Amino acid sequence: MGNKRWVWMVIWILGAPALGGAEGAGKVHVAVASNFLNPLKEIAKRYEQDTGNTLILISASTGKLYAQVRHGAPFDILLAADAKRPALLEQEGVGVKGTRFTYAVGALVLWSLDAEKVLGVESLKQMDKGKLAIANPKTAPYGKAAQQALEQLGFWQKLQPFLVRGENISQTLQFVATGNAGLGFVAKSQVKDPRFKFKGSRWEVPSSLYDPVSQQAILLKPGHANSAAKQFLQYLRGPAAKKIILSYGYRFLEE
Amino acid sequence: MDFSLIDVGPIWLSLQLAGVTVLILLVLATPVAWWLAHTRCRFRVVVEAVVALPLVLPPTVLGFYMLILLGPHGWVGGPIQALTGSSLSFSFAGLVFASCLYSLPFVVQPLHSAFESVGEIPLETAQSLGASRLDAFFSVISPLARRGYLTAIVLGFAHTLGEFGVVLMVGGNIPGKTKVISIEIYDRVEVLEYAQAHILSAGLLLFSFLILVMVYSINRRLPVHVT
Repeated sequence: MGNKRWVWMVIWILGAPALGGAEGAGKVHVAVASNFLNPLKEIAKRYEQDTGNTLILISASTGKLYAQVRHGAPFDILLAADAKRPALLEQEGVGVKGTRFTYAVGALVLWSLDAEKVLGVESLKQMDKGKLAIANPKTAPYGKAAQQALEQLGFWQKLQPFLVRGENISQTLQFVATGNAGLGFVAKSQVKDPRFKFKGSRWEVPSSLYDPVSQQAILLKPGHANSAAKQFLQYLRGPAAKKIILSYGYRFLEE
Repeated sequence: MDFSLIDVGPIWLSLQLAGVTVLILLVLATPVAWWLAHTRCRFRVVVEAVVALPLVLPPTVLGFYMLILLGPHGWVGGPIQALTGSSLSFSFAGLVFASCLYSLPFVVQPLHSAFESVGEIPLETAQSLGASRLDAFFSVISPLARRGYLTAIVLGFAHTLGEFGVVLMVGGNIPGKTKVISIEIYDRVEVLEYAQAHILSAGLLLFSFLILVMVYSINRRLPVHVT
C-alpha cells in the first residue's frame, strides 16, 4: 500500500515537468543576455497580463546563448547583448531573416561599492592596487566596450595587472558588489535596476570612448511558427516595453 | 591537429595548482584521517560528514562561500589583506585554499581506510620496542599505508585538475594566475574555437583515464597490509 503510493509520487514528480510543457499554446522561450534579464522580467509581467501568453526566460552570456542556439536549443527568440551574434545567426539561417532589430542601446559605467568615492578618468589613472573588474572582452559585449574605452584612454596596457574578468556582465558586477574588486566596468542598466540595493558610486563612461552597445533581438527558427513569439517581438517595440527599457538607463537608436 | 594553437600556460598552471594542493592536503589530511581511524569520540561522524561535504555540494555553494570568505571583507581574505595588502580572491593562493577544501575528501578518505586496515597493532608493537609515536608513524605506519597514500595523491591531484565551478566563481580568469585548463576550455568553447577546445579536452580525458588506470592497477598489485 504505502509502497505503491511512493511509486506514484515518484512518477508524478518525474513526469510533471514533461507534462507541464504540453498544455496550452502561447508559450515563448526567450533566451536573454544577462544584462537585460531584469528589465525583461518586468516587460514579461506586463506582457503576460496583457496577452495571457507565457514567457519562459533563459539567461546567460550572449556567447553561450549563441552557442546553444547554434546547437539546436529550443529557443524562440534571442535577445542578445550585441548586434554581432544575431547577425551571424541570420547569416547561418538559424535566425529568421528580416526579424532582427535593435531593442536597446546599452551604456557602460565605472562602478564602485564605495559610495564616497569620486569616480572618473582619474580613478583609473591613479589605480595602483586592488582589482578592476571587466566582463571577458572575448565573450561579453560590455567587456569589449570596456576594453575599447580603456584603450581609448590609453590605460589598457597599464591596467593589465589589475584586471579580473567576469565570465559575463552579471558576474562582473558581483565581483564589485562583494568587494572583491574595488572598481568595475558594468552595464548602466545593472546599477539602475530598482532591485539593485547597493548605493555605491558610478561614473558614466563617455559614449565617444566605445562603440555603442547595440543590443539586438532576432526571431529564431523554432519560433517561426509560434505566433506568440512574433507578437512578443512587436510588444518589445511598443510603448509599454520602451518605458521600462528607458527606466533602466538604455537608449534607443532613433534618439 | 595543430598543437601550435595551444597555450601551455593554463596547463602548467593547472599542474602547479594540483601539485601544491596535494602537498598541502597530505600534511593536513594525515592527522585527520588517523584520528578518524582510531578515535572512539562520538563526534567522529560529524567530522566524517564535514570532510565528505565537498563530494555532494555543488561547486557553486563552495564558490559562493569562497567569494565571501576570501574577499577583502571576508574572515579569511580580510586578515590576509591587512597582512599582505591583497586579499585571496583572484589569486593563485586563493585557488589553492579553495582547492584544498574541494579535494579534501579525495585525500582524507583513502588515508582513512588505509589507516583503518593497518590497525593499531603495528604502532603499539613499534612503541613497545621503544619507538616514539611519531617515529613509529613514519617508519612503520606510513609504509604500510602506502597504497592509501598513493590513491590519495593521485585522486587528489586528478580531482584538482578537474576543478571548474569554484575557479570560475573566485578566479577572475587571470592568465598565469587563475586561468586554469578547465577555464581555458570553457572560454574556447564559448568563442567557438572548437579545435583548441578539442585538443585540451582530449588531453585532459586521456590524462585522467591513464591516471585512474594507474591507480587501479597499483591497487591490485600492492598487497594490503593487515596484521
